[in-house]
Amino acid sequence: MSERKRPKLAVWKFSSCDGCQLTLLDCEDELLALTEEVRISYFLEATRKVEKGPYDVSLVEGSITTPHDIKAIREVRKQSKLLITIGACATAGGIQALRNFKNVKDFIRTVYAHPEYIDTLTTSTAISDHVPVDFELRGCPVNKYQMLEVLNAALNGRKPNIPRHSQCIECKESGTVCRMVAAGTACLGPVTQAGCGTLCPGKDRGCYGCFGPMETPNTAALAGQLLALGQTGRDVHRLFRTYNANADAFRKESDSHG
Amino acid sequence: MADIRTIKVEALARVEGEGSLHVKIRDGVIKELHFGIFEPPRFFEAFLRGRDFREVPDITARICGICPIAYLMGASQAMEDILGIQVTKPIRDLRRLVYCGEWIESHALHVYMLHAPDFLGLADALELAKVDRTLVEKALRLKKIGNEILETIGGRAIHPVGLRVGGFYKAPSKRHLRALEENLKWAVETSVATVKLVGGFDFPDIQQDYNFMALHHADEYAIHEGRLITSSGLDFPVAQFLDHVEEEHVPWSNALHGKPKDGLAHHVGPLARYNLNYAQLGNTAKEAAKDAGLSPVVRNPFQSIVVRAVELVQVCEDALKIVQNYTEPDAPYVDAPVKAGEGHGCTEAPRGICYHRYRIHADGSVQDARIVPPTAQNQKVMELDLRKVVQANLDKSDDEIKWRAEQAIRNYDPCISCATHFLKLEMDRG
Repeated sequence: MSERKRPKLAVWKFSSCDGCQLTLLDCEDELLALTEEVRISYFLEATRKVEKGPYDVSLVEGSITTPHDIKAIREVRKQSKLLITIGACATAGGIQALRNFKNVKDFIRTVYAHPEYIDTLTTSTAISDHVPVDFELRGCPVNKYQMLEVLNAALNGRKPNIPRHSQCIECKESGTVCRMVAAGTACLGPVTQAGCGTLCPGKDRGCYGCFGPMETPNTAALAGQLLALGQTGRDVHRLFRTYNANADAFRKESDSHG
Repeated sequence: MADIRTIKVEALARVEGEGSLHVKIRDGVIKELHFGIFEPPRFFEAFLRGRDFREVPDITARICGICPIAYLMGASQAMEDILGIQVTKPIRDLRRLVYCGEWIESHALHVYMLHAPDFLGLADALELAKVDRTLVEKALRLKKIGNEILETIGGRAIHPVGLRVGGFYKAPSKRHLRALEENLKWAVETSVATVKLVGGFDFPDIQQDYNFMALHHADEYAIHEGRLITSSGLDFPVAQFLDHVEEEHVPWSNALHGKPKDGLAHHVGPLARYNLNYAQLGNTAKEAAKDAGLSPVVRNPFQSIVVRAVELVQVCEDALKIVQNYTEPDAPYVDAPVKAGEGHGCTEAPRGICYHRYRIHADGSVQDARIVPPTAQNQKVMELDLRKVVQANLDKSDDEIKWRAEQAIRNYDPCISCATHFLKLEMDRG
């Protein structure tokens, strides 16, 4: 590896399952080439070597759930030229944002015998709720090709080519039979941003919304159609309230059902 | 004046999640040692209440990006237990195959990228690539083969979408599975070479008298089905897990400590499986172990890297056999009407047994959920190992102790995201 000056990359973790940063290690064919282009300066899941900031690019995984997280993300922002959030936790609060709709004290009592040991916020929120973010990459988990595209764009000073259209467009483009039309399956495809690679419809199941709301989603129209297909209000409520439950459009739609 | 030292590891690297270690030493004696998990709590068991039972596998998968299958499958089995569903043989085979994929991906990642650098005195696998690029390329290919199994059956490697209560949404075609065959043959050979390579590392001489606990199955190296057995002589069905293991909430950790009620701290994971299920290993794995100088009883936690490599041989070979003998199931899943009840599921995640218990109402909504992940169970024995390792290295600098302690923690391939739920080493020498 040449000693020329490579941009410094940092990977940060907040509340999450580690899957999105693992996606970087899952770039088996590209990882070694990538590390010739960037210098990994902070990435605890992969290395014990820690270099001080500032960093050229920071990838941030996870949501903000503790008072300590709020301080830490401000410090990351201060140390980063570009801050890119990766995954549903970092862009919408993740599955753990389900606490936002409930009483957290009850949650703590359900799981822990000594609630006094637990220091947590009552909400799980996106990184952009706390600091300015340069780009938000969606997905639960993110798609590795989209992640490489975002890194490539960041390194070359251009805008990433990440479509904001719905999953429906990709089903049509790939010639995948519409589950909702053909089998009456409940599907969030019409309001969910594309990017996973048409996974669920390809496995004969409806989209369950890993990539969060598309640009200007008509969630009310979809909810109406789901009800017409025989889903109950509670089903519709649950369908919108999963991995991107705290994303505006999904939160509002789930609030009007159930 | 007393000689007092405090050592702190504040950010544990090359583990999944965030933990810390605090050690207080007075006059050359460890006074206090706490391995803490500071991953913030995510409250899965609380927000699962009221969800539909069919949603539980996908939701619990989000506990861990490294071992989602352990959650998808454990939760599915528990629901099947409630509904009285027995899956068919082709579905059972596909489940074992997809789990082999997770083991290959996770073990290859841990052996080469996370653990081996410690034995070579390197910070990470990228430094290893500078020394031996071909080796790291092979490791990545091996890992990728695991991911390809996951993708073929589940759609994607992290949080696969193809698994459900009763089996799969859609079964892969014979042709798609056959496409994995040549790569798996290469993977068996490469795994055997991996055992040889890591078997040649230098291991600190530490022998621990562990009480191992693992799933056991008479006819196969248990991964996704069996009874639970321990080296202390217990043998019980999965449904009795909570009769034998309780969870304790300690002030220094956000992960509940799982410990057996008989008071013997138990050890789960590759070492436990190898010691308890050696007889069920295939000949190729046994030969590879023997050639690496590994006896059927291994009580040195640092040799877990060799055992993990032996398990790689086993699962690559198992996967190959399933792929070669696969016949598409008539139906991809088995269905049954919903009813109220309680059910249990337990499988061997790459890092040890992962237990699930759910109660559901007659309308299919979850009344109660309980999940005991592997790293939570290992916290106690990790602390016991750390005491020995730190004590044996007290003459060394804080930095050396820190590295050695980190390595001792990485022996467990701890998945801290799972256990809450990073290592801060805090070493107080005074």
